[in-house]
Amino acid sequence: MRKALEISNLKKVYKGGFEALKGINLTVEEGDFFALLGPNGAGKSTTIGVITSLVNKTSGSVEVFGENIDTDLEAAKTYLGLVPQEFNFNQFESLTKILVNQAGYYGVDRATAHQRAEKYLKQLELWDKRNDAGRMLSGGMKRRLMIARALMHEPKILILDEPTAGVDIELRRSMWDFLRELNQQGITIILTTHYLEEAEMLCRNIAIIDKGIIVKNTDMKSLLATLTVETFVLDIDPVEEGKLSLDLGPYVNRLVNNHTLEVDVEKTQTINPVFSQLSALNINVTSMRNKSNRLEELFVNLIESNQNSTGEK
Amino acid sequence: MSSSVNFIALKSILHKEVHRFMRIWVQTLVPPAITISLYFVIFGSLIGSRIGEMGGFDYMSFIVPGLIMMSVITNSYSNVASSFFSAKWQRNVEEMLVAPVPNWVIVAGYVGGGMARGMLVGLIVTLVSLLFVDIQIHNIWVIIATVCLTSATFALGGLINAVFAGSFDDISIIPTFILTPLTYLGGVFYSISLLPEFWQGVSQINPIVYMVNAFRYGFLGISDVSLTIAFSVLGVFIVTLFTIAMTLISKGIGLRS
Repeated sequence: MRKALEISNLKKVYKGGFEALKGINLTVEEGDFFALLGPNGAGKSTTIGVITSLVNKTSGSVEVFGENIDTDLEAAKTYLGLVPQEFNFNQFESLTKILVNQAGYYGVDRATAHQRAEKYLKQLELWDKRNDAGRMLSGGMKRRLMIARALMHEPKILILDEPTAGVDIELRRSMWDFLRELNQQGITIILTTHYLEEAEMLCRNIAIIDKGIIVKNTDMKSLLATLTVETFVLDIDPVEEGKLSLDLGPYVNRLVNNHTLEVDVEKTQTINPVFSQLSALNINVTSMRNKSNRLEELFVNLIESNQNSTGEK
Repeated sequence: MSSSVNFIALKSILHKEVHRFMRIWVQTLVPPAITISLYFVIFGSLIGSRIGEMGGFDYMSFIVPGLIMMSVITNSYSNVASSFFSAKWQRNVEEMLVAPVPNWVIVAGYVGGGMARGMLVGLIVTLVSLLFVDIQIHNIWVIIATVCLTSATFALGGLINAVFAGSFDDISIIPTFILTPLTYLGGVFYSISLLPEFWQGVSQINPIVYMVNAFRYGFLGISDVSLTIAFSVLGVFIVTLFTIAMTLISKGIGLRS
């Protein structure tokens, strides 16, 4: 498997001295669906900015499919498609013109560009709006337009900086399906997102960045396996008021109210005995869910531990 | 990148730029025609008839080349200044920055767009002037060369202005406080030979004097300055401004963090 992206000891110090990246190392394999997560200001967008040449790096190296951005920037750019966080298309141009012009910047002739524009506008359900100006679109449509624009030169790597921010859940799910399809076609996808459920559902590998440092870089399964305790919320038949917990043997639990129970299940335990115990107590379970997303718990733990190690309160 | 890829990229930027000023033709193409008509009515017909001849020609014929050149200068400059600044402000300039478009193609594309508008407006103004005066042509090649080089010079100036501009106010400061005074004092409405010797000397440092006079030579065959010096001045300005524009874009001044 080729390396789609290789970042070595990348540093970025902005004017004024803010150190956004403190020597990060990152490798993304070809065909991967990779998540780059981190809190606001962690360095995600700066990293993407350097890769796509919108931000000048201070030191370090970036290679895209073996092309170094210092020596072969134009070759490296041909591999990359960027969906930025902010809307950055011409608000007064029609959707078709935005897409066709973008393809032209990559040397795609106008006839081919028109065919691709039609294909992606249809796939992303924007075809009816093709002659409208960009400013007439809703937020979700604008995000889809930027995805279509990033695909016009058929890049091998698609970088999406929070592509589903502000997008309703139905649309978000259809975008997930579209991104999965692209990944299955062989496009390497690098995603930053605030929706940790999104990263967990879509991505195979993950890096967590905080204060310009990569605090974790592993595959999603290994990361989730490090979670030692998972908390489930069970909606149950009403029990006696005033009780703080139920007798569930080894399972630590709390009654949030007389019909909602939180149960901690350790990694070494299974959940079946919880139901057996509740049945024995003549308590029916009507529904069950995770208290929080599994990745979210790990993410919070990693960020907190990084903040403790850097001495931040 | 191959030359065909660069050529398609250049065509895309040019297409975008021409489409932009054609889409807003009421703002870009109509005002110069109205303004120039007013100049002809006021300075040509009403006041010009009392002035009499200048440089051996009636005043209306004398000012036509200068007025056309004034339109070319203003429109070439403002087209690139407002278009490039708008692309910066809306951040759609990033569409080009993330693509494998060489910097010279970006500069050439925007300058080409500015030249297209400058020369189209120049043509419109020329056609409007035909309603007021018979235009004679002394040397068409001097006319074409002067208009091309002048519009390229000011399109480059507009691009540099837009790179440095931080707000829409910043792209009107130079046209208002530098370009307009230089144009009005650049021999559009008078021959600099009418000025006292000291002010004739001062006029020699105004580059627009050379452009207006070279252009006037193409129409009337008269000029206050030597054509060789005029074209040399234009050449020096183009090379200098192109070098500055390329340096700014390459370093990403105002474009990259």
